[in-house]
Amino acid sequence: MRRSRAPWLFVSPALLAIGLFFAVPAIASLFLSFTDFDIYALADLANLRFVGLQNYGRLIENPLFWRAMGNTLWFVVIGVPLTVGLSLAAALLVNARTLKWRPVWRVALFAPYVTTLVATAVVWRYLLHTRYGLVNYALGWFGIEPIDWLGSPTASLPAILIFVAWKTFGYNMIIFMAALQTVPHELHEAARIDGAGPWARFRHVTLPAIAPVVLLVSILSVAGFFQLFAEPYVMTQGGPAQSTVTVLYFMYEEGFKWWNLGSGAAVAFILFVMIFAVTMAQLAVARRAERA
Amino acid sequence: MRLSRRQALAGALALPALAACGRRDPVGTLRFWAMGNEAAHVPKLVPAFESAHAGISLSIQALPWTAAHEKLLTGFAGSSLPAVSQIGNSWLAELAAIGAIEPLPEDQSALTTDQFPAVLDTNRIGGKVYGVPWYVDTRLQFYRTDLLAEAGYDAPPETWPAWKAMLHKVKAAAGEGNFAILLPVNEFEQLLTFALQQPEPLLREGGARGNFRSDGFKAALAFYKSLFDERLAPLAANTQISNVWNEFARGFFSVYLSGPWTVGDMKSRLPADFQDQWATAAMPGPDGPGASAPGGSSLVVFKGARDPAAAWAWVRYLSQPPVQARFNALSGDLPARPSAWELAGLRADPLMRPFAEQLERAKAVPKVPEWERIVTEMQVVAERCVRGQFTVDQAAAEIDRRADRLLEKRRWMLEQGRAL
Repeated sequence: MRRSRAPWLFVSPALLAIGLFFAVPAIASLFLSFTDFDIYALADLANLRFVGLQNYGRLIENPLFWRAMGNTLWFVVIGVPLTVGLSLAAALLVNARTLKWRPVWRVALFAPYVTTLVATAVVWRYLLHTRYGLVNYALGWFGIEPIDWLGSPTASLPAILIFVAWKTFGYNMIIFMAALQTVPHELHEAARIDGAGPWARFRHVTLPAIAPVVLLVSILSVAGFFQLFAEPYVMTQGGPAQSTVTVLYFMYEEGFKWWNLGSGAAVAFILFVMIFAVTMAQLAVARRAERA
Repeated sequence: MRLSRRQALAGALALPALAACGRRDPVGTLRFWAMGNEAAHVPKLVPAFESAHAGISLSIQALPWTAAHEKLLTGFAGSSLPAVSQIGNSWLAELAAIGAIEPLPEDQSALTTDQFPAVLDTNRIGGKVYGVPWYVDTRLQFYRTDLLAEAGYDAPPETWPAWKAMLHKVKAAAGEGNFAILLPVNEFEQLLTFALQQPEPLLREGGARGNFRSDGFKAALAFYKSLFDERLAPLAANTQISNVWNEFARGFFSVYLSGPWTVGDMKSRLPADFQDQWATAAMPGPDGPGASAPGGSSLVVFKGARDPAAAWAWVRYLSQPPVQARFNALSGDLPARPSAWELAGLRADPLMRPFAEQLERAKAVPKVPEWERIVTEMQVVAERCVRGQFTVDQAAAEIDRRADRLLEKRRWMLEQGRAL
């Protein structure tokens, strides 16, 4: 009896924290999404009404919501493979035995992740500047006309993507590096003796060994890109022509610009369901691949 | 790095609970929130105030305009509002509706004298004055004197038909590939200006429903649309015009509707030899000089202010015509009090005098908290109308439908007798 109670005792502080800071707010926000909490309710809670699914119905009719959904999906579809590929490549590079000054490289590549977002965004706004920016200057060597990165509705999304990829790949790189160090060196040697080239060794030795970590990183990246907010907020404020309004940015505007917290909570809940569904799908695909 | 939705919502839910632990200032400190350009220049006015009012020390906190609105609402939710703040005119209805602002007390009524009537009206909600106008602005036309002269005009005509005829001639004078006027399709201010020039109000039933189906609004929308249909204005958003001043100088358009801040931009961004080729003029109207929306900022005292007497003393000080004239010299803001215009010599300035004329003909926009959203929706529909997806009648009905939906809560509040 006492034995079965002991584990509960040990995990109870963690469960309490999760319950208080995760479950309760999540349930409260679901509850909030069925009300019309707005500035009137902020002044006096007597002005709060239950509206059922009305917030959801209006979101579905709102073109800007769909625009935000579309933008977010673009970020996910392009951004996730981009950051996963980039961080894996960086991890392989830093992990290579031929590389000198490895700790220096590791720090240099990890640095963007730990620097302040706003400070780096300011620097990137200079880099992406149409006339004086280093990016356009470099493109000029290849004869590419200057691009109005943050002012054109078609270039703004790639501009934010470049910035986000640069900012976040360091974190995934560390996870990949840890995984790469667990790949037994003997397997590589055996493959080399069997005549496998670098690509074949990567494809048949490294990749299968780190597959679970690739899945983990891609799930983290999907969740991260779905929740993209600070980068467009700092760089473009959702513009130009609402081309960088993400779902979370839309939620922020609903909630804190127009102060429609009911509607904002509905957006949050839809996003939660979407991330949950995509993660489940990723897990299902991974399981099937494992079985095959 | 990223704002988790749960963090955000948990924070929002916790706000009422945090209301109990608002911040306390040391006795004698008066906190004042100012924004942008004003925050940069107002500290220079403080020493004279503090030496005249022993025992009051002023703490000025600067807010960027982009974050100010959110700061005010979260400040209200968290009971951390200052004693006095500068408020954009368009936010006043909202802050009054939630009961954040103290109406002007009886003994301060002198502050309502020597004001532009429309600007003061913007600050009057439900019969009570909530804010004291600090500086003002309004939109009017900036025009190319040389191209107008080429088209045979000394100044823009004052009625819509004559004004449009002028635009046709100016377009011809400007040459192939150029237009006469710039009306960015993602800005609501231009259409709103035409709509305010009509006799019908934009909302009806005490601001409970949209009145965009009125003949007046339809006439304004039809006139606005015709400027695009007759190729007088380019069908472009402001993001597609990367540099308005250069395009204006290049002759891409010869008339531009904007506010007093553009005077400084034109002077600083365009070469000196161009400076005699532009001027300002008041807006035309359907049949004579027309109205425009009054803008600018007011000073408000918040309900929780610990020392209201000191707060009102600061407002009174900033409202003195000589102080306003000095502030105009420091910041370039147009003073709210007409007598300060005289002191600052603005009436004698040919670029500024039209602003005074325009302000005398200004007309307050509806004072409901939902207005900014309504007018944003109005422009979304108007853009689609201009692009041919709606007729004028359909667009008017659609704007009404959207406005009525945004006002649904307000109607309920009015039924309960809880709205201002």
